Amino acid sequence: MIRNEDNPIVGLVSRIVSPFIMLFALYIIFHGHYSPGGGFQGGTMLAASLLLIRLAMGSEIAQLQFKRSWGTPLGSIGVLIYFATGFTAMLMGGTFLNYEFLSLSEIASHTRSIGVLLVEIGVGLAVMGILVAIYDDLLEGDPDV
Amino acid sequence: MHPEIEITLFVFLLITAVVALTVKNLLTAVVSLTVFSFISALLYIAMGAVDVGFTEAVIGAGVTGVLFIILIFKTSRRSAD
Repeated sequence: MIRNEDNPIVGLVSRIVSPFIMLFALYIIFHGHYSPGGGFQGGTMLAASLLLIRLAMGSEIAQLQFKRSWGTPLGSIGVLIYFATGFTAMLMGGTFLNYEFLSLSEIASHTRSIGVLLVEIGVGLAVMGILVAIYDDLLEGDPDV
Repeated sequence: MHPEIEITLFVFLLITAVVALTVKNLLTAVVSLTVFSFISALLYIAMGAVDVGFTEAVIGAGVTGVLFIILIFKTSRRSAD
């Protein structure tokens, strides 16, 4: 991308703001079944915090934070977590994504809560990985980014 | 619930849409489209759909603007001269 000058204010502010965006995204993911939000929104905010560093500091420095080759595997791992939760519930005798049959805890509502949490972590990882991978694939082969 | 808030938001929505369609500078169009997306998110929240509005704010104002700006920088360099 076109980088005429390295503005120190932009870099400093994005470096300060990015961890707080990540923290709020984790809150969105982990609190998703009580309040608005969930895996998709939280994963998008995680991707936005990574893209902020990539835009402000350049892709080469951002490789220290999140490597270019991690995007697609992380997305695949997220999808795998989602389907593993669903199929485990199916193998334990229920239907697909029926969290009551996961038997993670004695109390049924705790089991359901942990099941929803597992699915949302999977969705969040998948969305974050794929969005960062889209950004990196769009800028592939640009030497001055 | 509050008709005057919604009418104000609709007016600004129309203004940003017309600006995004008519302006010559592509970067201004992208910023205007981001503002359009954010105002529509506010409208969703004013109508009571908090989850939809949150998704619209994160996607439309966060990630789509970044992707559009990348595409502008990738395409304008070849046609600059």
